[in-house]
Amino acid sequence: MKVAVVGAGPAGIRAVEVLVAAGLRPVWIDEAAEGGGRIYQRPPAPLKRDAKALYGFEAGRATSLHAAFDALRPQVDWRPETLVWHIRPGAKQLHTQSGPRRDQVEYDAAILCTGAMDRVVPLPGWTLPGVTTLGGAQIALKAQGCGIGRRVVFAGTGPLLWLVAYQYAKAGAEVAAVLDTTPFATKLAASPGMLRDAATFAKGIYYIGWLRAHGVRIAEGVTPIGIEGEAGVSGIAWRDPGGREQRVDCDAVGMGWGLKPEAQLADLAGIPFRHDPLQWNWVPERDVAGRTAIAGHYLAGDGAGIGGAAVAELAGARAALAVLEDAGRMVDAAQLSRLDAALARQQGFRAALDRAFPFPRALAAGVADETILCRCEGLRAGELRAALAADHAPGPASELNRAKAFSRAGMGRCQGRVCGTAAAEIMAAALGSTPEAIGRLRGQPPVKPIPLVAEPVA
Amino acid sequence: MKADVLVLGGGGAGCSAALHLAQRGARVVLLERGLVGGQASGVNYGGVRQQGRHPAELPIARRSREIWGRMKALVGTDAEFTVTGHLKLARNEAEEADLVAYLDTAKEYRLPLRFIGRNSIHREYPWLGPAVVAGSFAPEDGAANPRLLAPALARAAREAGAVLLENTKVVSQTRDVDGFLLVSEAGDEFRAPVLLNMAGFWGGAVAEAFGEPVPVSPLSPNMMVTEPVPYFIEPNLGVVGGNVYLRQIPRGNIIVGGGDGESDPATPWSRPLAEVSIEAMGHAVRLVPSLAGVQVIRSWTGIDGEMPDRIPVIGPSGTTPGLFHAFGFSGHGFQLGPAIGAIMTELVLDGRADVPLEAFAISRFAGPGDGGGAKA
Ligand SMILES: Cc1cc2nc3c(=O)[nH]c(=O)nc-3n(C[C@H](O)[C@H](O)[C@H](O)COP(=O)(O)OP(=O)(O)OC[C@H]3O[C@@H](n4cnc5c(N)ncnc54)[C@H](O)[C@@H]3O)c2cc1C
Ligand SMILES: Cc1cc2nc3c(=O)[nH]c(=O)nc-3n(C[C@H](O)[C@H](O)[C@H](O)COP(=O)(O)OP(=O)(O)OC[C@H]3O[C@@H](n4cnc5c(N)ncnc54)[C@H](O)[C@@H]3O)c2cc1C
Repeated sequence: MKVAVVGAGPAGIRAVEVLVAAGLRPVWIDEAAEGGGRIYQRPPAPLKRDAKALYGFEAGRATSLHAAFDALRPQVDWRPETLVWHIRPGAKQLHTQSGPRRDQVEYDAAILCTGAMDRVVPLPGWTLPGVTTLGGAQIALKAQGCGIGRRVVFAGTGPLLWLVAYQYAKAGAEVAAVLDTTPFATKLAASPGMLRDAATFAKGIYYIGWLRAHGVRIAEGVTPIGIEGEAGVSGIAWRDPGGREQRVDCDAVGMGWGLKPEAQLADLAGIPFRHDPLQWNWVPERDVAGRTAIAGHYLAGDGAGIGGAAVAELAGARAALAVLEDAGRMVDAAQLSRLDAALARQQGFRAALDRAFPFPRALAAGVADETILCRCEGLRAGELRAALAADHAPGPASELNRAKAFSRAGMGRCQGRVCGTAAAEIMAAALGSTPEAIGRLRGQPPVKPIPLVAEPVA
Repeated sequence: MKADVLVLGGGGAGCSAALHLAQRGARVVLLERGLVGGQASGVNYGGVRQQGRHPAELPIARRSREIWGRMKALVGTDAEFTVTGHLKLARNEAEEADLVAYLDTAKEYRLPLRFIGRNSIHREYPWLGPAVVAGSFAPEDGAANPRLLAPALARAAREAGAVLLENTKVVSQTRDVDGFLLVSEAGDEFRAPVLLNMAGFWGGAVAEAFGEPVPVSPLSPNMMVTEPVPYFIEPNLGVVGGNVYLRQIPRGNIIVGGGDGESDPATPWSRPLAEVSIEAMGHAVRLVPSLAGVQVIRSWTGIDGEMPDRIPVIGPSGTTPGLFHAFGFSGHGFQLGPAIGAIMTELVLDGRADVPLEAFAISRFAGPGDGGGAKA
């Protein structure tokens, strides 16, 4: 049986581990040069630092996953620095690009473990150099060993906000402020649920406490006004819960409001999506084991709905077992029920986490007309709103793909990954509708840009 | 709901028909399964090209070009129609002979064309690759934004009094003594003495429902677009044989077509194919070598209806009085759409059109003797 696994993060590593243990030699593909995925991304060799400094509380997990990856690599067909840019589910083919090289991979079963990306709300000034996503800020620190600025503000909401701020402060950077759009009371209300994973909850509390104890300015329940600066970032302004305007000097901003699945391949594979009311994301549909409506196609990890790294490990192993079960192989029943029970336990915690850090819908819906919404196309929020108006020349757009067709929102390099969430909120507010009814931008190949070449190297 | 004319299908052709009919005072109801321009008319390459067309199509293409020229006045937007010229290229002697032969056809239909020989082609277009040996330039041709045309025609049609219903799939079409009866999926009924079948690929099923099946097959041209790069390719480029075509828009993106993707018209569903995209990339870079390394950011395809002789079905039904067809544009009906609406209006209201339509008669597919069956 030929199995292809896309992604070598926690989900992909645990999936491949199960497949190899069953005597299979899967094709394993990742865009990155090394295994580890987002959270356990490894620095390039010249920048080796010890795991404790890089991964903090997760050092044990990181070391264990990296060791698992290193042990698996010689036993599989490992293809690093390789993008899967198209999938043809009927013929069961993946199309890959690696440098100038183009290949086609045939499979009987594919496990897509493609992870997540930051969810962004456009703010005035967010396209200035010096502004990155929280994930981008973290990668700069982990993989390149340098921060995004000398005096950094972190803005947004979610566990990653506090974690990245902590990691920066711990690494010696000056954190000028942490601005959380979620009020303290919302988090407090969700905390009983979060106690279902007491250890993870405790880590979150620890980061916040550590930042406070070290005198980092913290504001919760804020409404960001904008990032200031001409050629670069010079400060950030916000409104506090009392409505007063505040500002602070800084030379870089890391921002993000939770994560969204990187689910383009799942979309191209024809897997149906649903709008998850808790995560407030479009997620590909799958069962607890990662099976989908498209036979032979399985999903695991954050790409199948945000669950975090621990869930990704469990889900990766579970999906690989589903592949084996569906191929009629014997699987260890005890291992199955252990995984299912552990996955079920995590659900309550995730739901509480999503309640604790809700997506700021009003902030996204209210992006000012003159603020850039789609940075690939240089499109301002007002231009999207104009395409919804009754007097718009080719007619008013009523759903997201039509708004894209009329206004170019989401038509650039990133195919709306970045602006899609905010665009849907803007439309829903303007049309008195819901993001669910407004829809989602259709995935189109290539998943990421690929170069025009005269003669492909194969 | 009752009307003078029912239009089945809201592509560019159907929306133009609704507009022209309403402008002349007819009560029109157009029914569209999805959104207007949601199928072929909204996703095509955007070529507004007369050069290279089948001679029978040229009178319609000439007429349509005239409407394209006043699109802004007609519908409130020019749909980004730009007269860039269309440059058709030859890459060997046989292809060059093809270009030369077409000059006579063009002259006959008063289509301005300028032949560019070996000596001048690289001087005039220094970015063309050495594979190119000659070209033929059509100065009146150009390109437009397909995403805007059908919705803009639809909007103008509504303003002129037509009723256009989107998300309305017709599931049954019949004719009795009271005229045509169309029934939507939701169970709504629509009646009129005249029916225009402008349902694109799906027009074949409508014709079949009235006892005149035709051999129409789905055609899904494979399309890609690159990231923006500095503007340097002004004309819309094609080649003899058509295995690649490309154009650049002033904001910098380059749209590249070539080969066919896959589709399932029943869903409807369509997708580009990786190996076809890769092959078209190769042809594109050989045509314009400096495109090497430019990033492709998106690809797509759509569904048009293709007839075996690659020209559409246009004209009255052979079986059913009051039924008129215009479908199966075989991959080149975007340019024609505006004129098709005007011509159908004349057929319905005047009983004749000012362009010859014999070549497009549905009867060309009728089996000998049975008056209805498709040719095997
Ligand atoms: C930027 C960022 C930073 C994060 N930091 C933390 C953190 O510090 N702590 C924490 O608890 N959680 C963090 N998270 C969440 C955490 O990463 C995830 O919960 C966890 O990594 C999910 O594991 P995964 O295996 O599902 O995906 P990932 O770890 O994201 O792995 C997905 C892998 O798939 C590859 N891939 C995706 N698409 C393709 C394709 N088309 N072709 C080839 N390869 C592809 C990617 O290169 C990547 O290596 C972060 C998330 C992001 C996006
Ligand atoms: C990828 C691609 C590239 C192309 N490039 C060019 C080009 O560069 N230049 C050019 O001139 N032409 C081009 N074409 C061809 C051109 O797009 C088509 O010929 C033209 O748009 C056909 O218009 P239409 O109105 O006949 O069909 P369509 O646009 O397909 O409209 C027919 C409509 O009928 C509706 N319909 C069908 N059945 C039903 C039903 N039962 N009930 C209700 N509604 C129904 C459909 O939903 C559809 O919207 C291209 C086509 C494609 C697919």
